[in-house]
Amino acid sequence: MINPDSDRTLDRIRWRCRRGLLELDLILTSFLEGGFERLTPAQQETFSGLLGRADTDLWDLVSGRSHSADQAEEALLDTLRRVGTV
Amino acid sequence: MALPTRKFDAVIVGAGGAGMRASLQLAEAGLKVAVLSKVFPTRSHTVAAQGGIGAALGNMGEDSWLWHMYDTIKGSDYLGDQDAIEFLCRMAPQAVIELEHFGMPFDRNEDGTVYQRPFGGHSQNFGERPVQRSCCAADRTGHAMLHTLYQRNVRANTLFFVEWMALDLIRDASGQVLGVTAMEMETGEVWIFHARATLFATGGAGRIYSASTNAFINTGDGLGMAARAGIPLEDMEFWQFHPTGVAGAGVLITEGVRGEGGYLLNKDGERFMERYAPTMKDLASRDVVSRAMATEIKEGRGAGKEADHILLKLDHLGLDVIEKRLPGIREIAKKFANVDPVKDPIPVVPTCHYQMGGVPTNYHGEVVAPANGNPNTVVPGFYAAGECACASVHGANRLGTNSLTDLLVFGRASGESVIRFLKENPGHKDLPTDAGDYSMQRMARLDGQTGGESVFEVGAEMRRTMQAHCGVFRFPDMLQSGVQKIKAVAERAKRTEIKDKSRTFNTARVEALELDNLIEVAVATLVSADARQESRGAHDRADFAKRDDVNWLKHSLWYRDGSRLDYKPVNLQPMTAQTFEPKVRSY
Repeated sequence: MINPDSDRTLDRIRWRCRRGLLELDLILTSFLEGGFERLTPAQQETFSGLLGRADTDLWDLVSGRSHSADQAEEALLDTLRRVGTV
Repeated sequence: MALPTRKFDAVIVGAGGAGMRASLQLAEAGLKVAVLSKVFPTRSHTVAAQGGIGAALGNMGEDSWLWHMYDTIKGSDYLGDQDAIEFLCRMAPQAVIELEHFGMPFDRNEDGTVYQRPFGGHSQNFGERPVQRSCCAADRTGHAMLHTLYQRNVRANTLFFVEWMALDLIRDASGQVLGVTAMEMETGEVWIFHARATLFATGGAGRIYSASTNAFINTGDGLGMAARAGIPLEDMEFWQFHPTGVAGAGVLITEGVRGEGGYLLNKDGERFMERYAPTMKDLASRDVVSRAMATEIKEGRGAGKEADHILLKLDHLGLDVIEKRLPGIREIAKKFANVDPVKDPIPVVPTCHYQMGGVPTNYHGEVVAPANGNPNTVVPGFYAAGECACASVHGANRLGTNSLTDLLVFGRASGESVIRFLKENPGHKDLPTDAGDYSMQRMARLDGQTGGESVFEVGAEMRRTMQAHCGVFRFPDMLQSGVQKIKAVAERAKRTEIKDKSRTFNTARVEALELDNLIEVAVATLVSADARQESRGAHDRADFAKRDDVNWLKHSLWYRDGSRLDYKPVNLQPMTAQTFEPKVRSY
């Protein structure tokens, strides 16, 4: 979980964007660099929660093949689905 | 400075398929086993494996381990060791059945047996006709395997150290391996893991190339540690490439795209495969297509501003075919190439996929190195399995689905070897008094470096050099200049600097340490490739187009010290089967 007192939050999250699937490495890193800091604390928490998912499930969510029942997650995923890497 | 120390019966570095299969064997034997992993175990790169596990179960038609063995040896272009390959193929069915009993959700036939898929290169009766040999769990075999093994390990009380990075091997004066040093990322503290046996299962190092299908974690940590500890790296010139990775990203575009009628174009819009393979055209084998693509690029007919890629055209298939028969491809092209393949071609390049070489082992998973006139002398206390190891079952080219078979069979076998070794060698040997000093010197060098090199820039230069000089099709002038270039990059890598010196979760430090490992692999690859004057399996040279069994039916061994090469014979003597004599390889 994110500890707001720690200034290493972003580093922890950056590391947890290191995945087993290259597709996720690319998308998550791109997202992190492009807009993570603009997210609200609640959205950052949601993002951190998504990183706890299994790689294949997360890729299905990010590539739009599946959807989350959680509204906050789905809203964030909507942004992630628009992330390009080029 | 004495480092804090933890003691275990065994320490395993890497928690992918091989590491967790080995740790399970040890933990179930009641041993105290630690598994170190940079990332949470189920996020290891094994998760990316879709093809399945090759095993001659014979559930779909007659099959035999001997036919599997033949396919593997032929696939290896006769560089694989035939004792290890016999072991792999004989043990594969048992490995699959064990995994089934652990709860792996395999696809099944109506009669309840494990369903097996067809796969390229799998044959009945020594190449006569195709056979269905690949055991899978939909397109998520790697994912299912990791979850099955992880749960089983938790049940067996394996101790996982997650977000820990191993730094260096600890050897005593006799050469025996007594554990590793490792850094806890959360605190930045370095610990000694004092172990009676040490097993590496750190995966491949595909990130040495700019075009790679490998995840970012695949930085060859085990290979770097072994090389720094004086262990040679075997057959590092052999890397399997996939013809169609998205240019600039590496993400795979399945061969199914060409199967459905997609084809490749050069910058002039020419369907060049008609020149290279008039019959099979774009459906020729992976190596033929990759070589043609590399030749087009080398001769200036690559597409794009940098003339550095090829175009994969599929718009003529129409939206319906693309969406129905090639699910996910449109999404990948849009995300990673910014093109909609319904309208525009996808930029692709031959992309590094799998490392055949690695830390030399025998088929027991024991690490071996030349000593006292024996090229395969066991290094006491040291084991390796999976992509980081070279047993050598893949030889010059891996047969599809044998990567997962390798993880299971050699993960288990190396675990069994550790159990035997521990029975014969009770108690911990004393650590050398300077254990840990080398790692601390490396850390101090990194922390104290001023006016040094950027980790990102040196890494990028390494990847560019490997891609341009030692890619899928190799040219003598490029190899020669590549050796000089990569050695220069390695010199720069000795002077990397990080601006952020903080301890807690310093990812910059981790990336600098990863580069230390990658650069060893890159130098080993280029030096070994430049020296091997033949074409065999994945090592394809423009100036030596044929395999040369008279001079080159041997394994390369690269030593970090002086970037020296040595060679050792291929073992052509199986355990029980007849030798498969080298023949011309054709499909």
